[in-house]
Amino acid sequence: MAILDSKIPAGPLADKWTNHKNKINLVNPANKRLIDVIVVGTGLAGGSAAATLAELGYNVKAFCFQDSPRRAHSIAAQGGINAAKNYQGDGDSTYRLFYDTVKGGDYRSREANVYRLAEVSINIIDQCVAQGVPFARDYGGLLDNRSFGGVLVSRTFYAKGQTGQQLLLGAYSAMNRQIGRGKIKMYARHEMLDVVIVDGKARGIIARNLVTGEIERHSAHAVVLGTGGYGNAFYLSTYAMGSNVTAAWKAHKRGAFFANPCYTQIHPTCIPVSGDHQSKLTLMSESLRNDGRIWVPKHKKDVEAIRDGSLKPTQIAEEDRDYYLERRYPAFGNLVPRDVASRAAKERCDAGYGVNKTGEAVYLDFASAFMRYGKEQAHVKGLDENDEALVKKLGQEIVRNKYGNLFQMYEKIVAQNPYETPMMIYPAVHYTMGGIWVDYNLMTTVPGLYAIGEANFSDHGANRLGASALMQGLADGYFVLPYTIGDYLADDIRTGPISTESKEFDDAEKNVTETIDKLINNNGSKSVDHFHKRLGKIMWNKCGMARNEKDLKEAISEIAELRAEFWNDVKIPGTATEYNEELAKAGRVADFLELGELFAKDALFREESAGGHFREEYQTQEGEAMRKKEFQFVSAWEYKGEPKDAVLHKEELAYENIEVKERSYK
Amino acid sequence: MNLTLKIWRQKGANDKGKIVDYAVSEVSPDMSFLEMLDVLNQDLIEKGEEPVAFDHDCREGICGMCSMFVNGQAHGPDSMVTVCQLHMRSFNDGDTIYIEPWRATAFPVIKDLIVDRTAFDRIQHAGGFISVNTSGNTQDANAIPIEKANADAAFDAATCIGCGACVASCKNSSAMLFVSAKVSQFALLPQGQVEATDRVLNMVKQMDEEGFGNCTNTGACEVECPKGISLENIARMNREYLKASLKG
Amino acid sequence: MASIFSSSIGRKFAMALSAFFLMVFLLQHFAINILSVFSPDSFNEVSHFMGTFWAVQFLLQPILIFGVVFHFIMGFVLEIKNNKSRAVSYAKNKGSANSTWMSRNMIWSGGFILIFIVIHFIDFWIPEINTKYIVGDMSGLHNGEFRYYEELREKFVPIWRVGLYCLGFVFLALHLLHGFNSAFQSVGANNKYTNGLKGFGKVYAIGIPVGFIFIALFHHFTH
Repeated sequence: MAILDSKIPAGPLADKWTNHKNKINLVNPANKRLIDVIVVGTGLAGGSAAATLAELGYNVKAFCFQDSPRRAHSIAAQGGINAAKNYQGDGDSTYRLFYDTVKGGDYRSREANVYRLAEVSINIIDQCVAQGVPFARDYGGLLDNRSFGGVLVSRTFYAKGQTGQQLLLGAYSAMNRQIGRGKIKMYARHEMLDVVIVDGKARGIIARNLVTGEIERHSAHAVVLGTGGYGNAFYLSTYAMGSNVTAAWKAHKRGAFFANPCYTQIHPTCIPVSGDHQSKLTLMSESLRNDGRIWVPKHKKDVEAIRDGSLKPTQIAEEDRDYYLERRYPAFGNLVPRDVASRAAKERCDAGYGVNKTGEAVYLDFASAFMRYGKEQAHVKGLDENDEALVKKLGQEIVRNKYGNLFQMYEKIVAQNPYETPMMIYPAVHYTMGGIWVDYNLMTTVPGLYAIGEANFSDHGANRLGASALMQGLADGYFVLPYTIGDYLADDIRTGPISTESKEFDDAEKNVTETIDKLINNNGSKSVDHFHKRLGKIMWNKCGMARNEKDLKEAISEIAELRAEFWNDVKIPGTATEYNEELAKAGRVADFLELGELFAKDALFREESAGGHFREEYQTQEGEAMRKKEFQFVSAWEYKGEPKDAVLHKEELAYENIEVKERSYK
Repeated sequence: MNLTLKIWRQKGANDKGKIVDYAVSEVSPDMSFLEMLDVLNQDLIEKGEEPVAFDHDCREGICGMCSMFVNGQAHGPDSMVTVCQLHMRSFNDGDTIYIEPWRATAFPVIKDLIVDRTAFDRIQHAGGFISVNTSGNTQDANAIPIEKANADAAFDAATCIGCGACVASCKNSSAMLFVSAKVSQFALLPQGQVEATDRVLNMVKQMDEEGFGNCTNTGACEVECPKGISLENIARMNREYLKASLKG
Repeated sequence: MASIFSSSIGRKFAMALSAFFLMVFLLQHFAINILSVFSPDSFNEVSHFMGTFWAVQFLLQPILIFGVVFHFIMGFVLEIKNNKSRAVSYAKNKGSANSTWMSRNMIWSGGFILIFIVIHFIDFWIPEINTKYIVGDMSGLHNGEFRYYEELREKFVPIWRVGLYCLGFVFLALHLLHGFNSAFQSVGANNKYTNGLKGFGKVYAIGIPVGFIFIALFHHFTH
């Protein structure tokens, strides 16, 4: 397995990052001006990396498919960002954040990376506050924290239900400063369609201008991908409509190994599907589980009465409700990690206790939070604590202050008032822990090609804890990549500008235009969405929250067939030389159709249950995930023409600073 | 539900556009407005016609990408929503719905309902930031306590999603609400004070150069803003600007 | 500092300042006119003072004329500029859903007020200037008595003029209903007093024009 060198620095865990920074090569400021870096994607990772690289002095070209870097889907993250600040004095520390993240990831992440993440988490908060990110504060003017699933401390910083937005706008503002200075050249409404490899090194990209359809060549000394996750392979997800795997997949096809594709996070608290027309799912922040209690009726007759509309959830007596998370996991209760909460919801719904027409919904109930907060308020204000109506009203006000925008969003979508009746929620695809394999320097298996944020695989193992994605994106972009990339670029100070007039660029461009021509001239009979929806159904039913050998094998062959059908029968209107969303979508779905198969292949190969990957064959008697020691490695897949031919490389995971235990939240 | 749609179709930036009528049937009240357009587009593709181009991405009201003028209102008739959060239950069977792109000289049409909003980005380039380097070696985040009221007000201003509904609704196509939200966010925080003078002068200068109209305080922007950004921000920016002009 | 009159916000500010000045003037004008209802003698005395005191005539009057002219010209300039900022208009635009009629039609209410002012100047100001500075009669007397009150009453005999004045004041009310608070917003006054101010603005915007209408009708019907 020498082919995968994770380049983890030697020495004690806590000193690795510092030692590494002390030893790696640097590029002096005058030479940085001679070096170009391409950053694809402008979310938290890409945006912060572009800003920081430009500030260090590199010439940055940044690309995004949206009309502005500010619209990347990091903006939709609601709940918060973790940092081991220990402002609450509740026993938090770098080690504890590291520990929680490794345990939360079901012991499938790299120790050294996670420790570094926990270490720099502290800087992130300082940095963001200095940039003017308006985090929530208490009455003393200091930063407030909330607690998130899977941990026992309050370490999550937040800005109401729009933390991702505020952090992204912070990174966007840092980018704006550099764009204004001319250090970042921004290419919005551009989509990367290939990586160009010259002499074994990533030296540029081929991009399509989505407005004019023009195919462009862009060269650089290094290419950074911050292009997010691939959850849209499931068609329905909480991802943005445009989120795609294309950049990552093209990189994979050019030699970057794809790691752990089957690790997908299915988030427990999303608004349930309402019908066939559904184009996307909406998340309700996990922070709601701090105050909301999840339940289904205890008795089937109540379930039926609810479904036919003759009974309201508020009419079900306390003793006839099954607060199944509190019942199964008394220690963590409603705050168990996402994978556990999602599976538990699926278990109840599969058993027939789902509370909407489709049978795929559970309640998230705030009634007891209203009373709890209300009593407190009544006490503080010296009002009658026994006046139920008053107490409820006071409590609702507190909840409105904390989650008002989420409640409003729910009401707009579902047309039910969540202050009066419990919310209905169901799990939905939300994040992909898997991604492009990177070493400790965040470099892929292609020299000069980097992957950061959700696009890489590195820090979350088999399951990501709440409020850790924002942390990882910003850690990679602000504080890790800008250092480690220097180690590589130090050899490029005399290279000079990279020409786009080379055989490699010609070939890559030809490759792109041929694919586009093929798609646009296909004259098939079915739309892109038709194929995307069918792929989504296969993924959700056979590679979703619970997987088994038979389903996965079927999925592999069905996806391959669907892919063939797609290339035969897809229909794309318009031309390639204009704004053509169908054409852009077709390219993305074509890549999802390849990735989907690799996903299923990876899930089939991984004969254990870990985090977001749950194999029905491998579970304990209580239905909990059963991890297996022999699978304590990263699966990194090498592209060999077709997904079925992908070759597996293993990176063994060693745990020297943490004891691998049963992951229990009971 | 059956509906008649009157949609602005325009092939490209330099082409002439016109309103074209479409009929859609079997619309469910639970659909979002964009899902209704998806249905129309699937029909058009099947018929071999070009689908209606519109901007959209997150479909949960936060990215600010979606932008259409529905029946004479930015983001349609419902309040405090973007058009992706607008649901068909806001309409009745048999309704005729006008769908037009944002109209402003500073937001030229790219195609159909898609407009170019990079003017907003350029305003931000002119000063929508705090000049702090990203070394991570800033002071501790809790070193400067910030009064909760100010922190909350800064947050409220910062929730602007940059969709451009304010410009689209304003009879003068003024961008004051958008610009003032950013100016206010930083004006309310101690971190933003150092560059306050230059920031407001530069951002307003850029705003004027982009060709946005002048604010006449009609308040339409505040009503149509999907995030409820307050007019107070405009007043604050006016103050900041006057202060800065006298100083600079 | 230069930008203060060339920038969008600077122009807004200038518009608001001239508006404040005009609103104060309006109040003063009203205060003098209402005297004509209660005490013709005091009205005559104050009128004579205003018409002959050097500071009013040679300092305040030019400033006032400048203020009026500036407010109008700036209003038209901004309107033209604002129209340019939307080259293609909407096929359907439901302005009533988000703003008041008054706020969207300041140019029309303002335009009508301009016409009114021209007529008002022809009626009162030009004859006054003629008498004082062309004929050179600074006495303010007619047949040995102050002439101001009787001149005022003469003007309000024809019903068409009374009607025109009333209409002018209705437009003034509409203009003020938006303009009063808009001016405060433009200079950056939006704070805890804003709600109170809005109430006061309404009282002012309706009260003053109604008062003027009352004066016109009073003189018409009591003559």
